Amino acid sequence: MSDAATEMPHADPADETLMQVDDLKVHFPVTEGLLNRQVGSIKAVDGVSFSLRRGETFSLVGESGCGKSTTALAALRMQPVTAGRILFEGVDITHYSQAQMRPIRRRMQMVYQDPFGSLNPRMRVRDIIGEPLVVHGLAGDKVKYKARVRELMALVGLLPDMADRYPHEFSGGQRQRIGIARSLALDPSLLICDEPVSALDVSIQAQVVNLMMDLQEQLGLTYLFIAHDLSVVRHISNRVAVMYLGRIVEIADRDPLFDTPRHPYTEALLAAVPVANPVIEASRPQQIVTGEVPSVRNPPSGCHFHPRCPKVMPECKTETPALRPRDDGRLIACHLYD
Amino acid sequence: MSEAVQSATATPLLLVEDLSVSFRTDRGTVRAVDSVNLHVDAGETLAIVGESGSGKSVTAMSLMRLVGDNGTVDSKRVLFDGIDLGALSEAQMRKVRGNRIAMIFQEPMSSLNPVLTIGKQVAEPMVLHQGLSWREARRRAVTLLQRVSIPDPEDRLDSYPHHFSGGMRQRVMIAMALACDPKLIIADEPTTALDVTVQAQILALLKDLTRETGAAQILITHDLGVVARYADRVAVMYGGRVVETAPAHELYANPQHPYTQGLMASVPSLDGDPGKRLQTIPGQPPDLANLPPGCAFAPRCPYARDECRQAPPPLEPIAPQHLRACYGYE
Repeated sequence: MSDAATEMPHADPADETLMQVDDLKVHFPVTEGLLNRQVGSIKAVDGVSFSLRRGETFSLVGESGCGKSTTALAALRMQPVTAGRILFEGVDITHYSQAQMRPIRRRMQMVYQDPFGSLNPRMRVRDIIGEPLVVHGLAGDKVKYKARVRELMALVGLLPDMADRYPHEFSGGQRQRIGIARSLALDPSLLICDEPVSALDVSIQAQVVNLMMDLQEQLGLTYLFIAHDLSVVRHISNRVAVMYLGRIVEIADRDPLFDTPRHPYTEALLAAVPVANPVIEASRPQQIVTGEVPSVRNPPSGCHFHPRCPKVMPECKTETPALRPRDDGRLIACHLYD
Repeated sequence: MSEAVQSATATPLLLVEDLSVSFRTDRGTVRAVDSVNLHVDAGETLAIVGESGSGKSVTAMSLMRLVGDNGTVDSKRVLFDGIDLGALSEAQMRKVRGNRIAMIFQEPMSSLNPVLTIGKQVAEPMVLHQGLSWREARRRAVTLLQRVSIPDPEDRLDSYPHHFSGGMRQRVMIAMALACDPKLIIADEPTTALDVTVQAQILALLKDLTRETGAAQILITHDLGVVARYADRVAVMYGGRVVETAPAHELYANPQHPYTQGLMASVPSLDGDPGKRLQTIPGQPPDLANLPPGCAFAPRCPYARDECRQAPPPLEPIAPQHLRACYGYE
């Protein structure tokens, strides 16, 4: 991995790469007793590397505890980084102070999952959407501020006349639009979207997915998309990284990943998702991976997936497979292909 | 409704006619379920699908008469295995619940009692309903835990729910549901809280067990993929009413209600065309406290006419086993 990482150019501002994450680790200490003696650590993110190309949608997928959300938070520097390096627009921000991060934060914003919990119920929609402008001292005078909020509301398909209302007057889908408008207030280049549609009803999900794709085209946004719903991921992504217990097991372009998954975990994950078509379902091999995702507190040795892997080999139990580029261009961490 | 009844192969295991449920709230009376007609044949899996507020869960809960103090259940009849559940007293109903009709809920953590051992919780329904001794019930509990693939079941009897993972807890819930050999299992979003690989295991287990025991299943879900994989027949609910019901193959191949069509088209699918705009259903799901007088879907329906806004259309057969509540469209 380190070879591939150093080969990538990153200092050039006209670079295709918007963000590069190298060997990122986020470990949480496990303490015990009165003195909080550290007795171990939870390796929530354990050596994750990927890069985001400008204008693409890159998805992190995996089951609970795989570290996808922690990875995204650490990339935003909203989560202390234990080790590794984060480059954003060519600049190493890994050790930036909070003050140094402020101008950077304008360029990277977050869209949250829960449109009910993430909006302050006592604030008017205008001030929810405009708050980032105020915080960053960009609000200008009242007229300018109101105009900018109106513009943002129109951009996400909300009626600007509703700016004086409160969040509870909006439906789940509209609330998610408010969250998106807020995240766009500072004109970011990167949006980190953590399960942005999973709390919404199916018919509303489609509206928000379409909106996100339109905004990307219109504003040239790059998305780091975190989701567990693989059909939404397939619909919206250019590239996908599959995570399992703190590590990336496979990174590939969308079509190869979904058409011919190569890591046994990717294969298991895709097989587990039912397709909304009984004819296809009836003809699919019903191979169901056994067991459950083990605790991150105490992950299996070697390849974390080995106790559940149908193709397990002796070395899988002892040696951690490295995420390496393979002949077809994708990155896979599996001894099968070594 | 009589046509629907006759179209079933034999006397259905469960026949629901004109089931309505309303709740008193501070916003007035909310009719969560409105004149629902359903049937479930022995051995089949009926999926009830719908979005939040469609009334799918309330329908299931009301069959067991679990609607809380502010809820009222009304029905012409709810015929289960020859008994009219609507006519039973609360004491008689308790003998049906957890015995001949079992329920599996979404949240395996909050549905299990945290201070009782797994063994006690699995054995309890057999002591209560079948009069077994605790000793005998415990012995049977081991067999049940084995059937739901819990490893080392003897050793796990004295464990507490917090020792179990989410998937294992849901297996325990299934073991409890199976304890008294129910004829009907109602599973309300049984895997929504679980990871996708575990979801597949649990749903496959439920399907195998119902096939083995001949029990029927009502599967309540919002996931059209889950329906496609596991259901024999489907009832689609919207705004408290069943708007369409058909065998699963038929419904996916030939959806006839505009809402079903919209729903199917708005789901990105693993075999669909990625990158394309998704079809959407304009507008918002209905507010149950403030339903329109006509078809609840009319405000969002591309085909709505005056007729649709006046009275809700009845659920009527349009093909064998395929019923739709719609005045029709061009």
